[in-house]
Amino acid sequence: MEKLLKELTAAYGPAGHEEEIREVIEEQVKDYVDSCYTDTLGNLIAVREGAGPRLMVAAHMDELGLMVTHVDENGFLRIARVGGVVPHILVGQRFVFSNGTAGTINHEKIDELKELEWSKLYLDIGCSSREEAAEKVNVGDVAVYDQEFKNLGQRYLGKSMDDRVGCAVLVETIKRLPRQLPQEVIFVFTVQEELGLRGARTAGYALEPSYAVAVDVTRVGDTPESLVMDVSLGKGPAVKIKDSSLITHHGVREIMFSLAEKNGVEYQREVLERGGTDAGSIQLTREGVPSGVLSIPCRYVHTPSEIVDKGDVENAVNLLEQLCLYPWKEV
Amino acid sequence: MLLLEKLVSASGVSGNEDEVRSLLKSELEKKDTGYRVDTLGNILVENPEVEQQGPPRLLLAAHMDEVGLMVTSIEDGGFLRFDKVGGIDDRVLVSRKVLVGSKKTPGVIGSKAVHLQKPEERKKNLRAEDLYIDIGVKGKEEAKKYVQTGDYVSFYSPLQELGHSCYKGKAFDDRAGCAILWELLNEGRLPPFHAAFTVQEEVGLRGALVVGNALDLDMALIVETTSASDVPGSKEHEQVSRLGAGPVLSIMDASVVVDKGMLDTLIRVAEENEIPYQFRGFNGGGTDAGALSLSRAGVKTAVVSVPARYIHSPCSIINREDLHYTRKLVELFVKEVKGKK
Repeated sequence: MEKLLKELTAAYGPAGHEEEIREVIEEQVKDYVDSCYTDTLGNLIAVREGAGPRLMVAAHMDELGLMVTHVDENGFLRIARVGGVVPHILVGQRFVFSNGTAGTINHEKIDELKELEWSKLYLDIGCSSREEAAEKVNVGDVAVYDQEFKNLGQRYLGKSMDDRVGCAVLVETIKRLPRQLPQEVIFVFTVQEELGLRGARTAGYALEPSYAVAVDVTRVGDTPESLVMDVSLGKGPAVKIKDSSLITHHGVREIMFSLAEKNGVEYQREVLERGGTDAGSIQLTREGVPSGVLSIPCRYVHTPSEIVDKGDVENAVNLLEQLCLYPWKEV
Repeated sequence: MLLLEKLVSASGVSGNEDEVRSLLKSELEKKDTGYRVDTLGNILVENPEVEQQGPPRLLLAAHMDEVGLMVTSIEDGGFLRFDKVGGIDDRVLVSRKVLVGSKKTPGVIGSKAVHLQKPEERKKNLRAEDLYIDIGVKGKEEAKKYVQTGDYVSFYSPLQELGHSCYKGKAFDDRAGCAILWELLNEGRLPPFHAAFTVQEEVGLRGALVVGNALDLDMALIVETTSASDVPGSKEHEQVSRLGAGPVLSIMDASVVVDKGMLDTLIRVAEENEIPYQFRGFNGGGTDAGALSLSRAGVKTAVVSVPARYIHSPCSIINREDLHYTRKLVELFVKEVKGKK
């Protein structure tokens, strides 16, 4: 799992530019599924055939990034956010483009931190002229956090755990599943979740699932003086009840609770006040899809240094495996 | 008269696009171009040859609606209170000439005279709720002869030529796109494509949402108008686009990530044909591309815009060359993607 998670978090794939991470995932799963293809928006769809209803399992491949909006005459790049990146965590951070060009973020002079607006930030890629910079990057190119994956013992530290850890849980589950399943299970590695749950929406429309489960990270409330949140790191994966994108389907949620209890998987009940997941857009496709969410507790979501717990990840795989083996009823 | 001039003279605040729609309908009828108007009021020009020829089934779209105001109440003195429809900076409102309701009753947006304002009021910007529309009547009863609550209000701002190469007017966003689309529909030698003149873009890409449900598409190119901010006080890196620098290509905005294949084609076509172009240096804002790209099982989309200074105000400025090159780029794009199989 560590090797897989390291490989997945290292792959480049900001929202709207998921080609590289898609290739990495396709390579991992293609021999374990009946078919594997990419749709119009770029979602990777991996199908395990079976009779009966159709279960869609989704995790998003995309990560946060910064898009170049302007290159100035001295070779500094001006940037705009791709997804929920905030200025104050960026200063001093390293970023890297798909072609390997690296740089660091800094800002024009300010008197107070609250003056730190996007228009004051720039990315320095070590060039001294517009021409020199233009050989490396173009307006519209997107850079991602440049951070190494670390094993902290019981925990993993790295960039883009959101939602490469969800992707890893799907990949690992796919590899563990037996030959015969009680239903068709379609694993979807979605695009552009960070820009508004976009890939999941068109995939949900195209696939017409009977049920859907999204696997994504969730915030925790176990750090010093944190916002109140009844989810902690290391106490098992969380079964979502509500976030700002959906109230999970009662029946799906109950199946998740009972499977966890029956199989001795420690789990938490999650109510996330702000934030959304792919399940929010899948549940509203066509005539509606009963949807649930399996969440992996994660500290410092959307920063370059996100932390997840090994036990939580392992138990998320166990629970997802049970969900795929459970005989879902025809709708 | 130029079609663009007729189009910008028409009132068409979001949800009230009738006048623009009638104009376009009569122009389409003159050329025997078949169309239908859907439930929300979008004009769909479906070309049966698109389905016959197969992918990529291409849609060109531009929105008919403009930002404006709506009357919320009539005060005893006959003054009209209003709300904004679409995104308007409150500071551009005061002292503007407007037309109210279907009778196009002229009025002026007024505010308390400066000598009546308290010192602290003078320091603040006038907000929309501080303003009212004065239609020159004695009281509520007289006002009711001309207007009623719920009436739409549009800016009064006839098209004018500025300098040698510019036009000033309202609603170039997106009547410029409508004019380009109409011209391309009349360009006989083009490969088949669908076209849509959409409603309610300015209040949340609403018309385009149902267009995307109605049509089975592979690709959509949105012809838009975007903000040019090459003006005093804006630094180079803060400029969304520049007037006179050619069509603006979006890479991403708050509603969509543009399809890379379409963007590459647009760039290549522009370069091969010596069409100047620029990238939109801002990834906020939204266009019909957002709604269309997510319709059904997903549609590839791109956005080409005419740059305009002071959009969403009564007086925006566009450049004729930009208009010409935008049209040309869209035309060549249609030939390119539909021409090769």
